[in-house]
Amino acid sequence: MMWPELGHMAMILATLLALLLVLVPLFPTLFPARIARVLALSHAGCVLLAFAVLLKSFYDNDFSVLLVANNSHSLLPWYYRLTATWGNHEGSMLLWALVLSLWMALVAIGVRSQTEQFVSRVLGIMGSIAIGFGLFILLTSSPFERVLPDVPVNGADLNPLLQDFAMIVHPPTLYMGYVGLCVAFAFALAALWEGRLDASWAKHVRPWVLAAWSFLTIGIALGSWWAYYELGWGGWWFWDPVENASLIPWLVATALLHSLAVTERRDAFRGWTLLLAILAFALSLLGTFLVRSGVLTSVHAFAADPSRGLFILVFLGIVIGGALLVYALRAAALVKPVRFAALSRETLLLVNNVLLLVAAATVLLGTLFPLLMDALGQGRYSVGPPYFNLAVGPVLLFVVALLAIAPVVRWQSTASGVFIRSLRLPLVALLLLVPVLAYVLPAHDRLAAIAGVLLSAWVWVIVVQALWQRWRSSARMHPRFLSMLVAHTGVAVTLFGVVMVGLYGEARDIRLAPKETYALGAYSFYLESIGSRTGPNYQAVVGKVLLIEGNDVRAELYPEKRHYRSGGKPMTEAAILPGLMRDVYVVLGEPLDGEAWSLRVQVKPAIRWIWIGAAIMALGGMLGIWAKRRTDSGRAP
Amino acid sequence: MKSLWRFLPVGVFVLLAVFLYLGLGRDAEHIDSPLLEKPLPVFALPDLSDPDRLRTQEDFKGAATLLNVWATWCISCRVEHPFLVRIAREQGVRIVGLNYKDDGTAATTWLQERGDPYAFTIVDADGRLGLDLGVYGAPETYLLDAHGVIRYKHVGVIDERVWVDILQPQWKRWQSPGGQP
Repeated sequence: MMWPELGHMAMILATLLALLLVLVPLFPTLFPARIARVLALSHAGCVLLAFAVLLKSFYDNDFSVLLVANNSHSLLPWYYRLTATWGNHEGSMLLWALVLSLWMALVAIGVRSQTEQFVSRVLGIMGSIAIGFGLFILLTSSPFERVLPDVPVNGADLNPLLQDFAMIVHPPTLYMGYVGLCVAFAFALAALWEGRLDASWAKHVRPWVLAAWSFLTIGIALGSWWAYYELGWGGWWFWDPVENASLIPWLVATALLHSLAVTERRDAFRGWTLLLAILAFALSLLGTFLVRSGVLTSVHAFAADPSRGLFILVFLGIVIGGALLVYALRAAALVKPVRFAALSRETLLLVNNVLLLVAAATVLLGTLFPLLMDALGQGRYSVGPPYFNLAVGPVLLFVVALLAIAPVVRWQSTASGVFIRSLRLPLVALLLLVPVLAYVLPAHDRLAAIAGVLLSAWVWVIVVQALWQRWRSSARMHPRFLSMLVAHTGVAVTLFGVVMVGLYGEARDIRLAPKETYALGAYSFYLESIGSRTGPNYQAVVGKVLLIEGNDVRAELYPEKRHYRSGGKPMTEAAILPGLMRDVYVVLGEPLDGEAWSLRVQVKPAIRWIWIGAAIMALGGMLGIWAKRRTDSGRAP
Repeated sequence: MKSLWRFLPVGVFVLLAVFLYLGLGRDAEHIDSPLLEKPLPVFALPDLSDPDRLRTQEDFKGAATLLNVWATWCISCRVEHPFLVRIAREQGVRIVGLNYKDDGTAATTWLQERGDPYAFTIVDADGRLGLDLGVYGAPETYLLDAHGVIRYKHVGVIDERVWVDILQPQWKRWQSPGGQP
């Protein structure tokens, strides 16, 4: 059957449609602006068809398709065969294009309140990105390439690391976030193009940014969670270039959200907002470049492909360079000065914006530093977690300290008397908390832990106070205010997890023979036996470890070491006893002399809070979208 | 003057793009070893399978050899290993292993589990020879001619493509004891 060729044709057609889409706003006399919506929807249909064809090739084990032969296997369960579609370079680029086309379709359907000309410009700008990705896929990374006439009998299999639930949902979620920022980018450029920007512009962009930001938050958290349980090291963040590539746009998108709030409510920070809208998407494109070109990832981890890298770099140069140039030339016409007092929500948000940008720039610098040094002929460097923790950590802690007081600072100006009075109660609550913490927390690192927990509590108590006041005065709480409280609470929850795991996480590499015990803190690990197990496509060595607390067996843990049938790489499968206040984490290492094995045992206090906090942040983001819809449907804020 | 500030982002970006372009040119296969075209440094290090036996630069003379730097902690080495086994078995390529900053027991187990493509393996537990060679990390492979002179260096995984396109021609070129093209 000629399905892959059909997919290839669909992709060519999609790219041509994107080209037409760009022409519509450029030649308004030739094309009616309304046609842009139809073109965007047809483009999305074509990309969807191409993607569906690739899914089908993977599902059908069509090993005549090179990509399937390289990344799948007939023994793979059907759901992993489907997810193998994006577990590789070509497929993930097609997924990128698909997600972009979906966002374009959403804009085509969803944006009703702007003029047709504005919508056609937004879609045209998004279309130019779609052309870039379409050409990239067709010219350098075609997923539909065949291996003919010698069709392999079977495939080389999907990397076992990717045979996992979180891997099914992580990339699509992350891409929804990455690519979703394109909407704000296109809105910003379209506004610069029109030379017109009003408060309703900000109001209409915000839900798009909120949606993209929420997806990005969830996507990053899923990646962190996956790394935690699948990679077997028990860490939740590694400052790996790929992780940084997603964190940088997240930080900038966070700044953008807050800047947009000011533009919407006070019609200020217009220049900032436009710049951040461009930067947020620019940095997610840059992230794609860094990850996909192999320019950054160490030469040992990735096959560098200069032709792909050059293509993306030229594309980046046109898109980002062009957008920033347009900004430089045209932003002046849109900016107007707005006055506000030193103690006001505007100031707070400005400081927050600057700090978030500093954090983003610091991460970017650390990520690119080895490359810069190499290009300057200064030799090879690697920048590790100590730099990032030291340089980025304090900035983010400062952001948290500031975001805590957001509920008590008003727009325009806040009387300092009122400000101090509203912080009195929270400060007293924190003071009362100190002796409790000093009693509860373990002795080592107690000061740092108290400081960290207090910072988290600082957010909590002000949120609780804000809720209490609204409830007492039975004032109607605007959903937007609620969404802010929820998202900020999420940050506090994550911070608590980070502090606890960072200061009180324990890890030991031990040697254990069957019937031996190792004690770590309140727990004892008793290795009962080493056995084996057969899975659907792997053979596993399984340890049976009894987790003993006091005199009771708390749990039976079964860490595994899997040998997948199709590949020679053994995979460790950690055994985790999850808990809200602590995880116990056991990994089976290598066989040692005699019956003994090396094991890595870890106790991770409150690590789940990190991801729960991220989920709460995303929930806050979604509440924000809902808030916008509510205010749209009639009532004034 | 004030509006000039608006050109700052695009300026920074142009600078960044230049660096990224230079980074692209940084081809993994062309990283020079300080020792290219020079004989292997003098060393005496134990053999993995027989720690009492010392291996020296003299063991490289007589035939073209690939000196492959590997370790059990190196994830990419797991990818590379089956291919090395294949070319050693099927094409008779002489490969010597340099077990770099590794645990001897783990290394032995690794070779038992995955097959041993190496004529012998040198144990460089503290990375001294690696330092002399200018090793960036593992895997890394040096091609030595029949006189023990380093003729080529490849950083990263050797796979089918790298072998056929780059290393195999070099290997054939330096294989004969007369050794000149």
